[in-house]
Amino acid sequence: MPTEIGTKLVSKRFGNEAAKTLAGYEADGGYQTLRKALAMRPEDITAEVKASNLRGRGGAGFATGVKWGFVPKDAKQVHLVCNADESEPGTCKDRELMFWDPHLLIEGMIIAAHALRAVHNYIYIRGEMMREYAVLQKAVDEAYARGYLGKNVLGQNIEVNLTVHRGAGAYICGEETALLNSLEGQRGQPRLKPPFPAVKGLFGNPTIVNNVETLMNVPFIVDKGGAWFNGLGMGRSGGTRMVCVSGHVAKPGVFELPMGITFRQIIDDVCGGVPGGRRVKAVIPGGVSMPPLDIDELDVPCEFDALQTDERIKPVMVRPGEPFNLGGGKQLRTMAGSGGIVVLDDTTDIPKAVWRIMKFFAHESCGQCTPCREGTGWLEKVSRRVAEGRGKPDDVELLASIAHGIAGNTICALGDAAAWPMLGFLTKFRSDFEAAVRQVKAA
Amino acid sequence: MSLEFSADATRKIGALCERYVVSGTKKPVVLAALHLAQKEFGALTDDALRLVAATLDLPYAHVYGVATFYTMFRRTPGGTQTIRVCTNISCMLRGGYEVLGAFETQLGLKKGESNKDFTLVEEECIAACANAPCAIVGTKYLLDIVPSKVGSIIEELKRDPHPESEVV
Ligand SMILES: Cc1cc2nc3c(=O)[nH]c(=O)nc-3n(C[C@H](O)[C@H](O)[C@H](O)COP(=O)(O)O)c2cc1C
Ligand code: SF4
Ligand code: FES
Repeated sequence: MPTEIGTKLVSKRFGNEAAKTLAGYEADGGYQTLRKALAMRPEDITAEVKASNLRGRGGAGFATGVKWGFVPKDAKQVHLVCNADESEPGTCKDRELMFWDPHLLIEGMIIAAHALRAVHNYIYIRGEMMREYAVLQKAVDEAYARGYLGKNVLGQNIEVNLTVHRGAGAYICGEETALLNSLEGQRGQPRLKPPFPAVKGLFGNPTIVNNVETLMNVPFIVDKGGAWFNGLGMGRSGGTRMVCVSGHVAKPGVFELPMGITFRQIIDDVCGGVPGGRRVKAVIPGGVSMPPLDIDELDVPCEFDALQTDERIKPVMVRPGEPFNLGGGKQLRTMAGSGGIVVLDDTTDIPKAVWRIMKFFAHESCGQCTPCREGTGWLEKVSRRVAEGRGKPDDVELLASIAHGIAGNTICALGDAAAWPMLGFLTKFRSDFEAAVRQVKAA
Repeated sequence: MSLEFSADATRKIGALCERYVVSGTKKPVVLAALHLAQKEFGALTDDALRLVAATLDLPYAHVYGVATFYTMFRRTPGGTQTIRVCTNISCMLRGGYEVLGAFETQLGLKKGESNKDFTLVEEECIAACANAPCAIVGTKYLLDIVPSKVGSIIEELKRDPHPESEVV
């Protein structure tokens, strides 16, 4: 049976050129929800967002309303920052969202800024996204000209400013504290947490950092209510989800799908299956930072909690018989991450694919912490020699122990982002690495 | 030789400084000023960095530190257009390295090298993975690239250039 694709929210204007202009967006009902929101008390907006069970779409899946609630009540100056740095390999939704519906992001941000009483707000857009920057900047200019932004939004005595800030090439600036440093005009290096940005962030003020997709969902929550939004989702995850499917599928693409859809349905029903009569070998469920699924784990929903707790997903091991401890004795299965699903078919050279992922992390480490700086470099070097057929018998164990040495021992989550997929691939595809190393011995 | 910003760049920097008033400094404008300097002078030479430092009342060392952290900034001039070819996982699975190789052959450049017209860069994921293999040239995306078409793609770029500076 074909999968019911269902409700479209944030992607409903994809392909609609007219709606990218202010006039076209207004003609399609745009900025009506803002009028409603400005008549609401800020805490009532936050309460709706809490009730909606909207969870952050940037990677960690943290509850958005709860995060907003962390801003100290007596704060004099609060900032809202949209994280539009999208650079997690396999992820290509935020770029499409901004390109097709820039005013929806702006409307979502003005509503969120009102809820947070934030006056000076920023969109941090990845430097390489020059086409999207031009689209966004034009939309922001239009919104100022029409009085949706500025000193006196729609004559309601509320000031909301929005500035588009371009990055200049650095994956690490997607990490929220590195992003804030970059916004402040520094090198993009992460800060120690706590303090968390919601308490002490940009320019020392409480700051909420939210992903593009997260903020674009806010108008729908205010328009139709938190309960309605929650009802679209499953479990503790409200709404729909943007997923980006790439790699070995017949029809790759960016889709807005129900939370409860399984990986098998996404691959077979939405993306036309794996071409050439081949089979799935591995699926990266949410950007390359997340441990992979194997062919026996595809009936799990693509939802935040399911990917962390569903017992059909095997726990990540440090080595056979020794489960990786996520802290407090918790097991690591995988996570929903950024919605970037990469399908690897059964012809894929797993050690080579893993080397490419490790090369990425080694390149992007900001160099502040020794385990990450040195460890990602070693992961790249050792996985490269395994992939190139120059591996040593101990290299499989060496990769595991380097990854284990990084995990949990760094300032930001980039260290884990390199270590987890390494351990995950070793757990589920260990024989591929062992075979690569054995061939060397035989030769 | 000391450099100067054009009137347009000076106006843009001034307007941006207003946007970050709460910071109490002009430091948040440094990335934008570096983008503008690279556009106007072709590269972030010592003189260009000194100009940015003086314009924003920042120490030279700070501006130097920032300029060398981000991969889009360059200290020496490059080609008019920069072709950024992604070879990350989704692109690799669908021939990204073959595409990069085709660009190297057709341009007569190795990755990282430049001639007058082009700089060729091996890029990390450019958020167009569903159209892998892909590349980005200024505001233009090259999607679902087939290696045999790379020659005609280059010809098209020569006819209709997309320098990165067009949006700065
Ligand atoms: C290395 C690293 C890179 C990240 N890159 C991004 C990114 O490109 N975009 C994004 O929205 N979040 C990214 N995040 C997550 C952010 O730190 C932050 O959690 C997120 O922007 C919060 O928004 P949300 O609550 O709406 O998800 C990254 C995190 C890490 C550790
Ligand atoms: S974990 Fe890596 S990227 Fe993060 S702060 Fe440390 S060195 Fe930098
Ligand atoms: S992996 Fe090439 S664009 Fe994302």
